[in-house]
Amino acid sequence: MTFLNYLLSGISLGSIYAIIALGYTMVYGIAKMLNFAHGDVIMVGSYICFFAVSRFGLPPVVGVLAAMAVCTVLGILVERLAYKPLRAAPSLAVLITAIGVSYFLQNGAQLLWTPNPKVFPSIVGNGRLALFGGQLTVSHVTLVTIASCVVIMIALTLFTGHTKMGKAMRACSEDKGAAQLMGINVNSTISVTFAIGSGLAAVAGVLLCSAYPNLVPTTGSMPGIKAFTAAVFGGIGSIPGAMLGGILLGVIEIFAKAYISTQLSDAVVFAVLIFVLLVKPAGLLGKKISEKV
Amino acid sequence: MKKKITLTKYTRSSFLTYGLVIAAYVILQSMVLTGSITSSLKGMLVPICAYAVMAVSLNLTVGVLGELSLGHAGFMSVGAFTGVIAAIALEGIVPMGWLRLVIAMAVGAVFAAVAGFLIGIPVLRLKGDYLAIVTLAFGEIIKSVLNNLYVGVDGDGLHFSLLSDRTGLAAGGRMIVNGPMGITGITKLSTFTAGFVLLMLTLFIVFNLVNSRTGRAIKSIRDNRIAAESVGINVTKYRLTAFVTSAAMAGAAGPLFAMNYSNIIANKFDFNTSILVLVFVVLGGLGNMLGSIIAATALTILPEALRQFADYRMLIYAIVLILVMLITNNPTLAAWTQSARDKLRRAVGRKKPARTPAEGGDGHE
Amino acid sequence: MKHTTMKKMIAFALATVMLVALCSCGGGNGGESAASEAFKLGGTGPLTGGAAIYGNAAKNGAQIAVDEINAEGGIQFELKYEDDAHDAEKAVNAYNALKDWGMQISLGSVTSAPANATSAEGFADRIFSLTPSASAPTVIEGKDNMFQMCFLDYPTQGGASAQYISDMALGEKIGIIWKNDEDYSTGLRNSFVDKAAELGLNVVAESTFTEGNNDFSVQLTEMQNAGADLVFLPMYYQPASLIFSQANAMGYAPKWFGVDGMDGILTMEGFDPTLAEGVMLLTPFNADSTDEATQAFVAKYQELYNEIPNQFAADAYDCVYAYKQALEAAGATPDMTAEQLNDLMIEQFTSMSFDGLTGTGMTWDSTGAVSKSAHGMVIQDGAYVGLD
Repeated sequence: MTFLNYLLSGISLGSIYAIIALGYTMVYGIAKMLNFAHGDVIMVGSYICFFAVSRFGLPPVVGVLAAMAVCTVLGILVERLAYKPLRAAPSLAVLITAIGVSYFLQNGAQLLWTPNPKVFPSIVGNGRLALFGGQLTVSHVTLVTIASCVVIMIALTLFTGHTKMGKAMRACSEDKGAAQLMGINVNSTISVTFAIGSGLAAVAGVLLCSAYPNLVPTTGSMPGIKAFTAAVFGGIGSIPGAMLGGILLGVIEIFAKAYISTQLSDAVVFAVLIFVLLVKPAGLLGKKISEKV
Repeated sequence: MKKKITLTKYTRSSFLTYGLVIAAYVILQSMVLTGSITSSLKGMLVPICAYAVMAVSLNLTVGVLGELSLGHAGFMSVGAFTGVIAAIALEGIVPMGWLRLVIAMAVGAVFAAVAGFLIGIPVLRLKGDYLAIVTLAFGEIIKSVLNNLYVGVDGDGLHFSLLSDRTGLAAGGRMIVNGPMGITGITKLSTFTAGFVLLMLTLFIVFNLVNSRTGRAIKSIRDNRIAAESVGINVTKYRLTAFVTSAAMAGAAGPLFAMNYSNIIANKFDFNTSILVLVFVVLGGLGNMLGSIIAATALTILPEALRQFADYRMLIYAIVLILVMLITNNPTLAAWTQSARDKLRRAVGRKKPARTPAEGGDGHE
Repeated sequence: MKHTTMKKMIAFALATVMLVALCSCGGGNGGESAASEAFKLGGTGPLTGGAAIYGNAAKNGAQIAVDEINAEGGIQFELKYEDDAHDAEKAVNAYNALKDWGMQISLGSVTSAPANATSAEGFADRIFSLTPSASAPTVIEGKDNMFQMCFLDYPTQGGASAQYISDMALGEKIGIIWKNDEDYSTGLRNSFVDKAAELGLNVVAESTFTEGNNDFSVQLTEMQNAGADLVFLPMYYQPASLIFSQANAMGYAPKWFGVDGMDGILTMEGFDPTLAEGVMLLTPFNADSTDEATQAFVAKYQELYNEIPNQFAADAYDCVYAYKQALEAAGATPDMTAEQLNDLMIEQFTSMSFDGLTGTGMTWDSTGAVSKSAHGMVIQDGAYVGLD
């Protein structure tokens, strides 16, 4: 039963990584940039939800929607102001700008909302489900997290596969020049990608803080790095890959703590990652692109 | 013909770099000696040298080899810890401080090179962002292990243990690395002169490597790996050469940095430090060693210069970072400066036809 | 060619930034030498970044004391806090900036790793320092002019906690969760375990976590499976709040025993105090205390900063008052050099007794460690109640 408990914790943690990783992977797929500010968008989303629910007493659903709205706008704004002017620049220049944005958001949050930690309100309640005569308990937060992750995954797959915008996104990620020639507005497609990624970041932030109710301006950075790792693990650019990578990373993290060493769990997680990349150099579900001369 | 021009250009830019570094050293050192320097700037001289070495060495990986590394601080960490352990263990045997520092840097370089070699093997199988993530993972593993490492020294030599302190030191023994507390009570051996010498040495190694047959092979791999392979270049060998050299120099910068402070902890060399060094490299220009040094210097001083803004300091730092990236990559501005440069080049070229055209305009840098 | 031009231009832009930086570096420290009526008191602390709450608390606490003292009209202080972002390198930079400003006496650094670095500098420069909260023994070790205000060093605190648990027979089976990449937590855990072994306490389980880890399910399951009925938590209140809420979610309710860093948990915005019901800790300061001085301080702090002060604020407040007492007793004047003040302060602090918010009858020995007593506290109905 302990094993099952650990597995559930791992899947729950992994689901959060997965949702964050989806944002990374989508943006990477289309803009070919590592958006290191993604983790901080999560933090902003959590703060918005916190203020909506705790300070203004709005219902949790409104809080989540408000967080999504603010993050979507923030994502578009950051893309327009900081990334769009660099579309023709080398990808490393964009990476550094993203780091600048990340510093900006963290320090801005600290000035606006003070560095004092805040306790996130319980969005889904503190209830828990007892299975097998109470031997296995599952908290509602865990259930909601896993369920949201599955729903988001299905919705995104349908969106990219069956809608016009989704197809445009895929076309842009394959070949921007050709997509433009086919009459796709590349700029607005990229903006939409950022909007969706940031909206997802808000959801991830709310779920993250519901499961681990502690909110500071640096809340997003560690999950951000882990999720980036998860995205690469699963094969960056691939939506099912981000999902799989995220969940596996969560499970490996919990199992490493439980069965190897809590002290060295991070080392174990990253060692597994290196090993997997040795065997599958493009990640678990990544496409292996053969180089042409 | 074309080859000859490139060669002179490289030679010229390397001499310019040496010259500026020496000039900066002479000016700053004379300010230190005459006491006309602020404590604030004086305190930053050694870290600036260490960061400049880090940036130049990372530039070899990122700019010359063309691979993104997010774990460069990991090599610095390996170098810092092994080097300082060596320096402390030799305290009784080698009385000269400068010699201990040299030994520490050499030991740090060797261990970091070994780490670079080990991590280089998986690196060779990977490309681009996958390589980046492996270096990131490496940095995190190093940090995690060092946080749980206990090293002590007594009459019987060095004792190591992992996870908890089981070194069982004899009486009179000294705990060197104490898990998350890191190394405390370090004798401050690093000096600005030592930093300057290390920086010059690093530049010498990098320029000679880049301008050699090996360097051209490395650059050809960066520009087109398959083409390089097809003309018989041993891709594995040259990539590993660049990567290990880069790691070794970062390893030498570790003790220089660590021994400027009385204590050092593993968490100092985390992902954020790796990113910081990467920022120096990108801001200074890929493959541009002088740019790396200037960027390292400017961005180390900038947060200190912004102290008067108190709470808004790091916010302003972030904005400056974003703006500098936007401005330096702005196509309109680039075109404008290029035309200005061309004009200047022509004007200067007419006056001084021989040796130093073009670079004449760099005097004010 | 275009590429090279770009690089040159970048280099040029950076050079300009550097020049500007250099200029403002030089400009920042001029024109303040006029104020020789006030003692220049400097300190470094994390005002930004993850540990910012501690640095800002200390800064605010010290500022209140300085304002009060200056209003009285006797000894005058000029206080300056510089940000060290909880990093040794930046702390030395901050310390040097303070030196350029003309710092005469120092409040050291707020957190331990930066304090290790700045105390070595202060020792070499002969600038006396009294740190409010950097509790590592290495901060004062072998440095005659480095003193601490914080309640016991952690080696003592861990041992005292074990002693207390043993004396009161609080737990049969003891578990420990600690943060293994932080010196504060590791130091407390080590001294607790040493003392526990000496006293014959039964430590049944130990588990660790690192920075950025928010999931405690494994650690708590280990405690539960080992049947721990008391869990010692040597950590700051932020991870502790996560542990309480996750333990509650899994229905695990042992007795919790905290440390002084746990103070502040009840004032976290949005924290449900029922989660911390029954948590015990040893702490020298509590904001709910009924004595007049504490209440006045808490009220003023709330008015100015809109939050309830924690122990860091109280320690820094005490530091400034301790300085006042020592300077007055020594008859020091603001025109003295840092080195003169250094010698006077060493003399005063090793011989005086000080009453403050965080304890009465505090004394310092020549190593710089403070001797004051800790109170056992328990959280009941969302407030601290004395255990004795």
